[in-house]
Amino acid sequence: MKTFEYVRPQTLREVSRILIEHAGTSKLLGGGTDLLVALLNGNQESPSRVVTLRDVPGLKSIHETKGQGLVVGAMATLREIERSELVNERYPVLSKAAGMIASVQIRNMATLGGNICNASPSADMAPPLICLDAKARLMGSEGERLVSLEDFFTGPGQTVLRPGEWLMEIIVPPMAKGRKATYLKLERSSMDIAIASVGAALTGTRGRVEDVRIAMGAAGPVPFRAKAAEALIEGKSLTPSLVEDAAVSAFGECRAITDLRASESFRREMIKVLTRRALLELAKE
Amino acid sequence: MKNRITLHVNGDSHELWVEPHAILLDVLRNDLELTGTKKGCGMGECGACTVLLDGKPISSCLLLAAEADGKEVITIEGLAHNGQLHPIQKAFIDHGAVQCGFCTPGMVISAKALLDENPRPTKEEIKNFILGHLCRCTGYVKIIEAIYSLRTDAVR
Repeated sequence: MKTFEYVRPQTLREVSRILIEHAGTSKLLGGGTDLLVALLNGNQESPSRVVTLRDVPGLKSIHETKGQGLVVGAMATLREIERSELVNERYPVLSKAAGMIASVQIRNMATLGGNICNASPSADMAPPLICLDAKARLMGSEGERLVSLEDFFTGPGQTVLRPGEWLMEIIVPPMAKGRKATYLKLERSSMDIAIASVGAALTGTRGRVEDVRIAMGAAGPVPFRAKAAEALIEGKSLTPSLVEDAAVSAFGECRAITDLRASESFRREMIKVLTRRALLELAKE
Repeated sequence: MKNRITLHVNGDSHELWVEPHAILLDVLRNDLELTGTKKGCGMGECGACTVLLDGKPISSCLLLAAEADGKEVITIEGLAHNGQLHPIQKAFIDHGAVQCGFCTPGMVISAKALLDENPRPTKEEIKNFILGHLCRCTGYVKIIEAIYSLRTDAVR
Protein backbone atom coordinates (compact mmCIF):
# COMPACT_ATOMS: atom_id res chain seq x y z
CA MET A 1 0.00 0.00 0.00
CA LYS A 2 1.35 3.38 -0.96
CA THR A 3 1.77 5.79 1.89
CA PHE A 4 -0.38 8.84 2.48
CA GLU A 5 -0.67 11.70 4.90
CA TYR A 6 -2.77 10.77 7.94
CA VAL A 7 -4.79 13.75 9.09
CA ARG A 8 -6.71 14.06 12.35
CA PRO A 9 -9.15 17.00 12.27
CA GLN A 10 -10.56 17.96 15.65
CA THR A 11 -13.66 19.89 14.59
CA LEU A 12 -16.42 19.71 12.00
CA ARG A 13 -15.10 22.86 10.41
CA GLU A 14 -11.62 21.42 10.05
CA VAL A 15 -13.03 18.43 8.22
CA SER A 16 -14.81 20.63 5.71
CA ARG A 17 -11.77 22.83 5.25
CA ILE A 18 -9.50 19.87 4.53
CA LEU A 19 -11.95 18.24 2.15
CA ILE A 20 -12.55 21.43 0.23
CA GLU A 21 -8.86 22.37 0.05
CA HIS A 22 -7.87 18.87 -0.98
CA ALA A 23 -10.93 17.71 -2.88
CA GLY A 24 -10.26 14.62 -4.93
CA THR A 25 -7.06 13.65 -3.16
CA SER A 26 -8.51 12.94 0.27
CA LYS A 27 -10.45 10.00 1.61
CA LEU A 28 -12.46 10.10 4.79
CA LEU A 29 -11.76 7.29 7.24
CA GLY A 30 -14.57 5.91 9.37
CA GLY A 31 -14.08 2.31 10.42
CA GLY A 32 -11.78 1.50 7.55
CA THR A 33 -13.52 -1.78 6.79
CA ASP A 34 -14.10 -0.78 3.16
CA LEU A 35 -11.31 1.72 2.61
CA LEU A 36 -8.49 -0.40 4.02
CA VAL A 37 -9.60 -3.47 2.09
CA ALA A 38 -9.61 -1.44 -1.13
CA LEU A 39 -6.21 0.11 -0.41
CA LEU A 40 -4.64 -3.21 0.59
CA ASN A 41 -5.96 -4.88 -2.54
CA GLY A 42 -4.83 -2.03 -4.71
CA ASN A 43 -8.40 -1.71 -5.93
CA GLN A 44 -8.40 1.96 -5.34
CA GLU A 45 -5.98 4.64 -6.25
CA SER A 46 -4.13 5.58 -3.08
CA PRO A 47 -5.29 8.94 -1.79
CA SER A 48 -2.66 11.50 -0.86
CA ARG A 49 -4.48 12.07 2.37
CA VAL A 50 -6.53 9.89 4.71
CA VAL A 51 -8.70 12.03 6.96
CA THR A 52 -9.87 10.24 10.09
CA LEU A 53 -13.07 11.31 11.80
CA ARG A 54 -12.16 9.62 15.09
CA ASP A 55 -11.54 12.84 17.01
CA VAL A 56 -14.41 14.95 15.69
CA PRO A 57 -17.03 15.44 18.39
CA GLY A 58 -20.73 14.85 17.90
CA LEU A 59 -20.54 12.25 15.16
CA LYS A 60 -21.06 9.12 17.23
CA SER A 61 -24.36 9.91 18.84
CA ILE A 62 -27.48 7.73 18.58
CA HIS A 63 -30.37 9.67 20.02
CA GLU A 64 -33.96 10.64 19.45
CA THR A 65 -35.33 14.15 19.23
CA LYS A 66 -39.00 15.04 19.36
CA GLY A 67 -38.91 17.01 16.15
CA GLN A 68 -36.67 14.93 13.95
CA GLY A 69 -36.95 11.37 15.19
CA LEU A 70 -33.90 9.11 15.35
CA VAL A 71 -30.58 10.80 14.71
CA VAL A 72 -27.57 8.59 14.10
CA GLY A 73 -24.14 10.15 13.69
CA ALA A 74 -22.03 9.09 10.73
CA MET A 75 -19.40 7.61 13.03
CA ALA A 76 -21.79 5.46 15.07
CA THR A 77 -20.59 1.90 14.58
CA LEU A 78 -22.83 -0.83 13.21
CA ARG A 79 -22.38 -2.72 16.48
CA GLU A 80 -23.56 0.31 18.43
CA ILE A 81 -26.64 0.51 16.23
CA GLU A 82 -27.18 -3.23 16.58
CA ARG A 83 -26.98 -3.04 20.38
CA SER A 84 -28.61 0.34 21.01
CA GLU A 85 -31.55 0.03 23.37
CA LEU A 86 -33.19 2.98 21.69
CA VAL A 87 -32.89 1.56 18.20
CA ASN A 88 -33.93 -1.94 19.26
CA GLU A 89 -37.02 -0.59 20.93
CA ARG A 90 -38.15 2.09 18.51
CA TYR A 91 -36.58 1.28 15.11
CA PRO A 92 -35.79 -2.44 15.41
CA VAL A 93 -35.39 -3.05 11.66
CA LEU A 94 -32.22 -0.94 11.80
CA SER A 95 -30.70 -3.03 14.60
CA LYS A 96 -31.68 -6.14 12.69
CA ALA A 97 -30.05 -4.94 9.46
CA ALA A 98 -26.90 -3.75 11.24
CA GLY A 99 -26.54 -7.11 12.96
CA MET A 100 -26.59 -8.91 9.63
CA ILE A 101 -23.43 -7.28 8.42
CA ALA A 102 -20.17 -9.28 8.44
CA SER A 103 -18.89 -10.09 11.93
CA VAL A 104 -18.79 -8.64 15.43
CA GLN A 105 -15.21 -7.51 14.78
CA ILE A 106 -16.15 -5.70 11.59
CA ARG A 107 -19.25 -4.19 13.17
CA ASN A 108 -17.16 -2.81 16.03
CA MET A 109 -15.21 -0.82 13.46
CA ALA A 110 -17.59 -0.18 10.55
CA THR A 111 -19.67 2.99 10.67
CA LEU A 112 -23.10 3.89 9.38
CA GLY A 113 -21.59 6.77 7.42
CA GLY A 114 -19.12 4.40 5.82
CA ASN A 115 -21.78 1.90 4.83
CA ILE A 116 -23.84 4.66 3.23
CA CYS A 117 -21.06 6.68 1.59
CA ASN A 118 -19.24 3.61 0.26
CA ALA A 119 -22.51 3.28 -1.64
CA SER A 120 -22.28 -0.35 -2.55
CA PRO A 121 -25.46 -1.43 -4.35
CA SER A 122 -25.69 -4.06 -1.62
CA ALA A 123 -25.20 -1.72 1.36
CA ASP A 124 -27.31 -3.38 4.03
CA MET A 125 -28.31 -0.23 5.90
CA ALA A 126 -29.71 1.40 2.78
CA PRO A 127 -32.93 -0.56 2.04
CA PRO A 128 -34.29 -0.39 5.60
CA LEU A 129 -33.36 3.29 5.92
CA ILE A 130 -35.03 4.06 2.61
CA CYS A 131 -38.12 2.23 3.83
CA LEU A 132 -38.17 4.46 6.90
CA ASP A 133 -37.86 7.61 4.74
CA ALA A 134 -34.46 8.47 6.18
CA LYS A 135 -32.60 11.61 5.28
CA ALA A 136 -28.88 12.32 5.14
CA ARG A 137 -27.54 15.54 6.62
CA LEU A 138 -24.59 16.71 4.59
CA MET A 139 -22.01 19.36 5.39
CA GLY A 140 -20.22 21.23 2.63
CA SER A 141 -18.66 24.52 1.64
CA GLU A 142 -22.08 26.09 1.19
CA GLY A 143 -23.31 24.88 4.57
CA GLU A 144 -25.59 22.00 5.34
CA ARG A 145 -28.27 20.30 3.29
CA LEU A 146 -30.67 17.43 3.77
CA VAL A 147 -30.98 14.78 1.10
CA SER A 148 -33.50 11.98 1.12
CA LEU A 149 -31.56 8.73 1.31
CA GLU A 150 -33.58 7.44 -1.60
CA ASP A 151 -31.96 10.15 -3.73
CA PHE A 152 -28.50 9.85 -2.20
CA PHE A 153 -27.12 7.07 -4.39
CA THR A 154 -26.38 7.74 -8.05
CA GLY A 155 -24.51 4.61 -9.08
CA PRO A 156 -22.31 1.82 -7.73
CA GLY A 157 -19.97 3.56 -5.29
CA GLN A 158 -21.37 6.95 -6.29
CA THR A 159 -23.38 9.47 -4.34
CA VAL A 160 -24.66 13.03 -4.60
CA LEU A 161 -21.82 14.24 -2.38
CA ARG A 162 -20.19 17.27 -3.97
CA PRO A 163 -16.46 17.97 -3.73
CA GLY A 164 -15.72 18.92 -0.15
CA GLU A 165 -19.07 17.64 1.09
CA TRP A 166 -19.46 14.87 3.63
CA LEU A 167 -22.13 12.99 5.57
CA MET A 168 -22.67 14.05 9.17
CA GLU A 169 -25.68 12.09 10.27
CA ILE A 170 -28.73 10.09 9.22
CA ILE A 171 -32.15 11.21 10.39
CA VAL A 172 -35.07 8.80 10.58
CA PRO A 173 -38.53 10.30 11.11
CA PRO A 174 -40.45 8.82 14.04
CA MET A 175 -42.19 5.60 13.09
CA ALA A 176 -45.96 5.98 13.19
CA LYS A 177 -47.90 3.83 15.62
CA GLY A 178 -48.68 0.50 14.01
CA ARG A 179 -45.85 0.84 11.49
CA LYS A 180 -43.78 -2.28 10.97
CA ALA A 181 -40.65 -2.85 8.99
CA THR A 182 -38.35 -5.74 8.15
CA TYR A 183 -35.18 -6.50 6.22
CA LEU A 184 -34.32 -9.80 4.61
CA LYS A 185 -30.88 -10.58 3.24
CA LEU A 186 -29.86 -13.50 1.07
CA GLU A 187 -26.20 -14.37 1.52
CA ARG A 188 -24.09 -17.45 1.02
CA SER A 189 -22.38 -17.18 4.41
CA SER A 190 -22.44 -14.82 7.34
CA MET A 191 -19.43 -12.86 6.12
CA ASP A 192 -20.76 -12.25 2.64
CA ILE A 193 -22.41 -9.20 1.19
CA ALA A 194 -25.98 -9.65 0.02
CA ILE A 195 -26.74 -11.59 -3.14
CA ALA A 196 -30.14 -9.89 -2.95
CA SER A 197 -31.98 -8.11 -0.20
CA VAL A 198 -35.37 -6.56 0.45
CA GLY A 199 -36.47 -4.02 3.01
CA ALA A 200 -40.14 -3.35 3.55
CA ALA A 201 -42.27 -1.13 5.75
CA LEU A 202 -45.98 -0.53 6.08
CA THR A 203 -48.55 0.80 8.47
CA GLY A 204 -51.49 -1.49 9.14
CA THR A 205 -54.73 0.34 9.78
CA ARG A 206 -58.00 -1.54 10.05
CA GLY A 207 -56.96 -4.37 7.78
CA ARG A 208 -55.43 -2.14 5.10
CA VAL A 209 -51.80 -1.26 4.51
CA GLU A 210 -50.65 2.31 4.11
CA ASP A 211 -47.42 4.11 3.32
CA VAL A 212 -45.94 0.96 1.85
CA ARG A 213 -42.25 0.95 1.09
CA ILE A 214 -40.39 -1.87 -0.62
CA ALA A 215 -36.68 -1.30 -1.22
CA MET A 216 -34.26 -3.68 -2.85
CA GLY A 217 -30.53 -4.09 -2.39
CA ALA A 218 -28.01 -5.80 -4.65
CA ALA A 219 -30.70 -5.65 -7.30
CA GLY A 220 -29.53 -2.72 -9.35
CA PRO A 221 -26.84 -0.05 -9.58
CA VAL A 222 -28.23 1.57 -6.43
CA PRO A 223 -30.58 0.52 -3.62
CA PHE A 224 -34.01 1.55 -4.85
CA ARG A 225 -37.73 1.29 -4.23
CA ALA A 226 -40.02 -1.09 -6.09
CA LYS A 227 -42.59 1.63 -6.63
CA ALA A 228 -44.91 -0.34 -8.89
CA ALA A 229 -45.07 -3.11 -6.30
CA GLU A 230 -45.78 -0.53 -3.62
CA ALA A 231 -48.58 1.03 -5.66
CA LEU A 232 -50.18 -2.38 -6.20
CA ILE A 233 -50.80 -2.88 -2.50
CA GLU A 234 -51.05 0.68 -1.16
CA GLY A 235 -54.32 1.23 0.67
CA LYS A 236 -55.48 -2.32 0.13
CA SER A 237 -56.02 -5.31 2.32
CA LEU A 238 -52.94 -7.50 2.11
CA THR A 239 -54.16 -10.89 0.94
CA PRO A 240 -51.74 -13.69 -0.05
CA SER A 241 -52.73 -13.19 -3.67
CA LEU A 242 -51.96 -9.46 -3.49
CA VAL A 243 -48.63 -10.24 -1.83
CA GLU A 244 -47.87 -12.49 -4.78
CA ASP A 245 -48.74 -9.73 -7.22
CA ALA A 246 -46.39 -7.38 -5.44
CA ALA A 247 -43.62 -9.99 -5.44
CA VAL A 248 -44.07 -10.55 -9.17
CA SER A 249 -43.98 -6.82 -9.73
CA ALA A 250 -40.73 -6.54 -7.76
CA PHE A 251 -39.38 -9.37 -9.92
CA GLY A 252 -40.06 -7.21 -12.95
CA GLU A 253 -38.64 -4.05 -11.43
CA CYS A 254 -35.41 -5.73 -10.44
CA ARG A 255 -32.39 -4.34 -12.34
CA ALA A 256 -29.82 -6.88 -11.23
CA ILE A 257 -26.70 -7.96 -13.06
CA THR A 258 -24.83 -11.23 -13.28
CA ASP A 259 -21.62 -11.18 -11.27
CA LEU A 260 -19.43 -13.55 -9.29
CA ARG A 261 -22.04 -13.96 -6.57
CA ALA A 262 -25.11 -14.76 -8.64
CA SER A 263 -26.69 -14.64 -12.05
CA GLU A 264 -29.15 -11.94 -12.98
CA SER A 265 -31.98 -14.46 -13.23
CA PHE A 266 -31.24 -15.94 -9.82
CA ARG A 267 -31.20 -12.51 -8.23
CA ARG A 268 -34.44 -11.60 -9.92
CA GLU A 269 -36.09 -14.78 -8.65
CA MET A 270 -34.74 -14.19 -5.16
CA ILE A 271 -36.05 -10.62 -5.11
CA LYS A 272 -39.48 -12.09 -5.79
CA VAL A 273 -39.07 -14.60 -2.95
CA LEU A 274 -37.72 -12.04 -0.49
CA THR A 275 -40.46 -9.54 -1.33
CA ARG A 276 -43.08 -12.20 -0.76
CA ARG A 277 -41.53 -13.23 2.54
CA ALA A 278 -41.09 -9.65 3.74
CA LEU A 279 -44.70 -8.74 3.01
CA LEU A 280 -46.05 -11.94 4.54
CA GLU A 281 -44.01 -11.22 7.64
CA LEU A 282 -45.37 -7.71 7.93
CA ALA A 283 -48.93 -8.83 7.13
CA LYS A 284 -48.95 -11.11 10.17
CA GLU A 285 -50.82 -9.04 12.68
CA MET B 1 6.64 10.91 7.37
CA LYS B 2 6.18 8.88 10.54
CA ASN B 3 3.66 9.70 13.22
CA ARG B 4 4.27 9.20 16.90
CA ILE B 5 1.65 7.11 18.64
CA THR B 6 1.14 5.64 22.08
CA LEU B 7 -0.24 2.13 22.34
CA HIS B 8 -1.24 0.59 25.64
CA VAL B 9 -0.79 -3.10 25.00
CA ASN B 10 -1.56 -5.69 27.65
CA GLY B 11 -1.06 -3.08 30.33
CA ASP B 12 2.25 -1.73 29.01
CA SER B 13 2.57 1.63 27.28
CA HIS B 14 4.64 1.87 24.11
CA GLU B 15 5.65 5.00 22.24
CA LEU B 16 6.19 4.21 18.62
CA TRP B 17 6.97 6.01 15.40
CA VAL B 18 4.88 4.49 12.65
CA GLU B 19 4.29 5.15 8.99
CA PRO B 20 0.82 6.56 8.32
CA HIS B 21 -0.13 3.41 6.41
CA ALA B 22 1.20 1.00 9.06
CA ILE B 23 -1.35 -1.60 10.10
CA LEU B 24 -1.88 -2.41 13.80
CA LEU B 25 -1.50 -6.15 13.21
CA ASP B 26 1.95 -5.64 11.68
CA VAL B 27 3.01 -3.26 14.44
CA LEU B 28 1.96 -5.77 17.10
CA ARG B 29 3.72 -8.65 15.42
CA ASN B 30 6.84 -6.94 14.06
CA ASP B 31 7.50 -3.89 16.22
CA LEU B 32 6.28 -5.29 19.53
CA GLU B 33 7.10 -8.91 18.69
CA LEU B 34 3.71 -10.06 19.95
CA THR B 35 3.29 -12.82 17.42
CA GLY B 36 0.37 -14.52 19.13
CA THR B 37 -2.04 -12.53 16.96
CA LYS B 38 -2.06 -14.07 13.49
CA LYS B 39 -2.40 -12.76 9.96
CA GLY B 40 -4.78 -15.08 8.12
CA CYS B 41 -6.53 -13.34 5.27
CA GLY B 42 -5.34 -9.79 5.84
CA MET B 43 -8.76 -8.43 4.92
CA GLY B 44 -11.02 -8.82 7.92
CA GLU B 45 -12.72 -12.07 6.92
CA CYS B 46 -11.09 -14.81 9.02
CA GLY B 47 -10.80 -13.41 12.54
CA ALA B 48 -7.25 -14.67 13.17
CA CYS B 49 -6.09 -11.09 13.75
CA THR B 50 -8.72 -10.31 16.39
CA VAL B 51 -7.57 -8.22 19.34
CA LEU B 52 -9.48 -6.20 21.89
CA LEU B 53 -9.46 -2.44 21.32
CA ASP B 54 -10.82 -0.65 24.37
CA GLY B 55 -12.46 -3.96 25.26
CA LYS B 56 -14.08 -4.56 21.87
CA PRO B 57 -13.00 -7.29 19.46
CA ILE B 58 -11.78 -5.85 16.16
CA SER B 59 -9.90 -7.03 13.09
CA SER B 60 -6.43 -5.62 13.60
CA CYS B 61 -5.52 -6.29 9.97
CA LEU B 62 -7.84 -3.48 8.93
CA LEU B 63 -6.86 -0.93 11.54
CA LEU B 64 -4.24 1.70 10.86
CA ALA B 65 -1.84 1.65 13.81
CA ALA B 66 -2.32 5.41 14.10
CA GLU B 67 -6.04 4.84 14.70
CA ALA B 68 -5.14 2.92 17.88
CA ASP B 69 -3.23 5.87 19.31
CA GLY B 70 -4.03 6.27 22.98
CA LYS B 71 -6.18 3.16 23.09
CA GLU B 72 -5.97 -0.04 25.12
CA VAL B 73 -5.09 -3.14 23.16
CA ILE B 74 -5.33 -6.64 24.56
CA THR B 75 -3.72 -9.48 22.65
CA ILE B 76 -3.64 -13.17 23.46
CA GLU B 77 -0.37 -12.62 25.30
CA GLY B 78 -2.23 -10.46 27.78
CA LEU B 79 -4.52 -13.18 29.06
CA ALA B 80 -2.26 -15.50 31.00
CA HIS B 81 -1.27 -14.09 34.37
CA ASN B 82 1.84 -14.88 36.41
CA GLY B 83 2.41 -17.99 34.35
CA GLN B 84 -1.15 -19.18 34.91
CA LEU B 85 -3.40 -19.76 31.93
CA HIS B 86 -6.57 -17.72 31.72
CA PRO B 87 -9.72 -19.82 32.41
CA ILE B 88 -10.72 -19.43 28.76
CA GLN B 89 -7.38 -20.82 27.59
CA LYS B 90 -7.71 -23.69 30.04
CA ALA B 91 -11.23 -24.46 28.87
CA PHE B 92 -10.08 -24.57 25.23
CA ILE B 93 -7.39 -27.11 26.11
CA ASP B 94 -9.67 -29.17 28.34
CA HIS B 95 -12.35 -29.40 25.64
CA GLY B 96 -10.06 -30.26 22.75
CA ALA B 97 -10.87 -26.95 21.09
CA VAL B 98 -7.30 -26.49 19.82
CA GLN B 99 -5.85 -28.44 16.90
CA CYS B 100 -3.39 -26.50 14.79
CA GLY B 101 -3.94 -23.49 17.02
CA PHE B 102 -3.93 -20.85 14.29
CA CYS B 103 -7.47 -19.61 14.89
CA THR B 104 -7.15 -20.03 18.65
CA PRO B 105 -5.77 -16.66 19.74
CA GLY B 106 -8.55 -14.85 17.87
CA MET B 107 -11.21 -17.22 19.18
CA VAL B 108 -10.03 -16.85 22.77
CA ILE B 109 -9.97 -13.06 22.50
CA SER B 110 -13.54 -13.04 21.14
CA ALA B 111 -14.58 -15.49 23.85
CA LYS B 112 -13.26 -13.09 26.45
CA ALA B 113 -15.15 -10.19 24.89
CA LEU B 114 -18.35 -12.24 24.80
CA LEU B 115 -18.12 -13.45 28.40
CA ASP B 116 -17.24 -9.95 29.62
CA GLU B 117 -20.42 -8.66 27.96
CA ASN B 118 -22.65 -11.68 28.59
CA PRO B 119 -21.50 -14.10 31.34
CA ARG B 120 -24.18 -16.66 30.45
CA PRO B 121 -24.41 -16.92 26.68
CA THR B 122 -26.46 -19.63 25.02
CA LYS B 123 -24.79 -21.83 22.41
CA GLU B 124 -26.66 -19.85 19.75
CA GLU B 125 -25.29 -16.59 21.14
CA ILE B 126 -21.78 -18.03 21.20
CA LYS B 127 -22.12 -19.21 17.61
CA ASN B 128 -23.34 -15.79 16.50
CA PHE B 129 -20.54 -14.05 18.32
CA ILE B 130 -17.80 -16.10 16.63
CA LEU B 131 -19.25 -15.94 13.12
CA GLY B 132 -16.27 -13.80 12.16
CA HIS B 133 -13.78 -16.57 12.93
CA LEU B 134 -12.78 -19.32 10.54
CA CYS B 135 -11.44 -22.61 11.87
CA ARG B 136 -10.20 -25.17 9.35
CA CYS B 137 -9.52 -27.93 11.85
CA THR B 138 -12.06 -28.39 14.60
CA GLY B 139 -15.47 -27.92 13.03
CA TYR B 140 -16.22 -25.34 15.76
CA VAL B 141 -18.18 -27.71 18.06
CA LYS B 142 -15.46 -28.03 20.71
CA ILE B 143 -14.80 -24.31 20.59
CA ILE B 144 -18.44 -23.56 21.28
CA GLU B 145 -18.52 -26.17 24.06
CA ALA B 146 -15.38 -24.72 25.63
CA ILE B 147 -16.86 -21.23 25.75
CA TYR B 148 -20.22 -22.59 26.92
CA SER B 149 -18.51 -24.40 29.79
CA LEU B 150 -17.39 -21.05 31.18
CA ARG B 151 -20.79 -19.51 31.34
CA THR B 152 -21.54 -19.90 35.01
CA ASP B 153 -18.43 -17.96 35.98
CA ALA B 154 -18.23 -14.23 35.36
CA VAL B 155 -14.68 -14.40 34.01
CA ARG B 156 -12.78 -11.16 33.52
